[in-house]
Amino acid sequence: MEPTAWADLSLAVSGWGCVRNGRVLLRELSFELGAGQLLVLKGRNGAGKSTLLRSLAGLMPWRAGRLAWAGQTLAPSAAPYQQQLAYLSHQAGMNDALTALENLRFALALQDQAWNAAHVARTLATLGLQDLGARPFGRLSQGQRRRLGLARVVLSDRPLWLLDEPDNALDDEGALCLADMLRAHCAAGGLAVVATHRGLALAEGLASTLDLSNLPTLNTPPEAAC
Amino acid sequence: MLKAVFVREMRLAQRRPAQALGGLLFFVLVGSLFPLALGPDSALLQQIAPGVVWVAALLALLLGQHQLFEGELADGSLEQWALAATPLWLLVGMKVAAQWLIAAVPLLLAAPVLGWQYGMTADAVGVLLAALALGTPSLSLLAALGAALTLGLRGQLLLALVVLPLSIPILIFGSHAVTQASLGLSAAPALNLLGACLCLALLATPWAIAQALRLALE
Repeated sequence: MEPTAWADLSLAVSGWGCVRNGRVLLRELSFELGAGQLLVLKGRNGAGKSTLLRSLAGLMPWRAGRLAWAGQTLAPSAAPYQQQLAYLSHQAGMNDALTALENLRFALALQDQAWNAAHVARTLATLGLQDLGARPFGRLSQGQRRRLGLARVVLSDRPLWLLDEPDNALDDEGALCLADMLRAHCAAGGLAVVATHRGLALAEGLASTLDLSNLPTLNTPPEAAC
Repeated sequence: MLKAVFVREMRLAQRRPAQALGGLLFFVLVGSLFPLALGPDSALLQQIAPGVVWVAALLALLLGQHQLFEGELADGSLEQWALAATPLWLLVGMKVAAQWLIAAVPLLLAAPVLGWQYGMTADAVGVLLAALALGTPSLSLLAALGAALTLGLRGQLLLALVVLPLSIPILIFGSHAVTQASLGLSAAPALNLLGACLCLALLATPWAIAQALRLALE
């Protein structure tokens, strides 16, 4: 990773609003992230964590607000911005019939990322997946699938990580591994928005927290969708 | 990048051969049932052959197409496709091209056998192959469009309702070309029109499929 290339990146979101299924989920949401900063999204089930992450990734329309990346205001669906982010949803985005390595190779090809065998082997070893490369993805356990999804995010070498409950199904050792990865990513100047229920094993001060269930504006009755 | 999509589709087809070869089996079976049901009247068989072969090919290509993007939607890879560095319409176009090779090329190989079963002349079989080669890519693109539009909905009926009306021109020009050839007339005008349909489909459908997939993701 090249810390210098990521040093002046920032993500600023202001007045963000999302509507899902005719219900206002997020309104007047604002936060700012500088290089090397991490935002933890908390909130009860259905508070809109996944919706926020998906709209930040440009995968679903947002209703209000503006997003600035490295000081430039743009739409989240703009290609130059989308090529800066790595998004991990609840599923790893991998096919059951292909092996772990084939899936990983394809996912990296999708992101126009060159295949560096040594780097891949190192990352898989860190995540404890070194012996599973040739196994079909469908025969991995839930935790192993999650780890492979994380391997994709690390290997994609993108400055902005949008992770939707990355600690789901991970064991204690996996959670520590995730915290290490996030720490290394932030140390290199990367940004991350992470939705989680469990709380990451990170030192105080590294991450700021945004609790979606305590947003004052959401306590007003939901408006009809415009 | 596009090669990666192609390799992936081929690998998946190779790991699940039943899905890939189901259409071929359907094509051969339907084509063989008509002579059995109609009896050994060779004049009648020759007359209906172009229509039967084309309808069988159309239905064989539609078979199972509703699953085209279902797996990708369920396992989350469609989101990764949408975020990819390559535009979505190119990726989707490549996927349909690979699917055409997997599903339609076996039909092309089996079509002469069906043609001889109906007593078609060698010329007519040649035109049938040319017409299928020009027409099936359009059908594959239309089927993929239908699959993208009906993604997330259960059942195959809606896909057929979307795709079948759109594929009528291809069906008409395709069987017309073969009929002309078996009557000893020139098949060129109908083949030209099939080519024009293919150009139109190539221009419009990949973009439309990509937009439909983005809608399905929301």
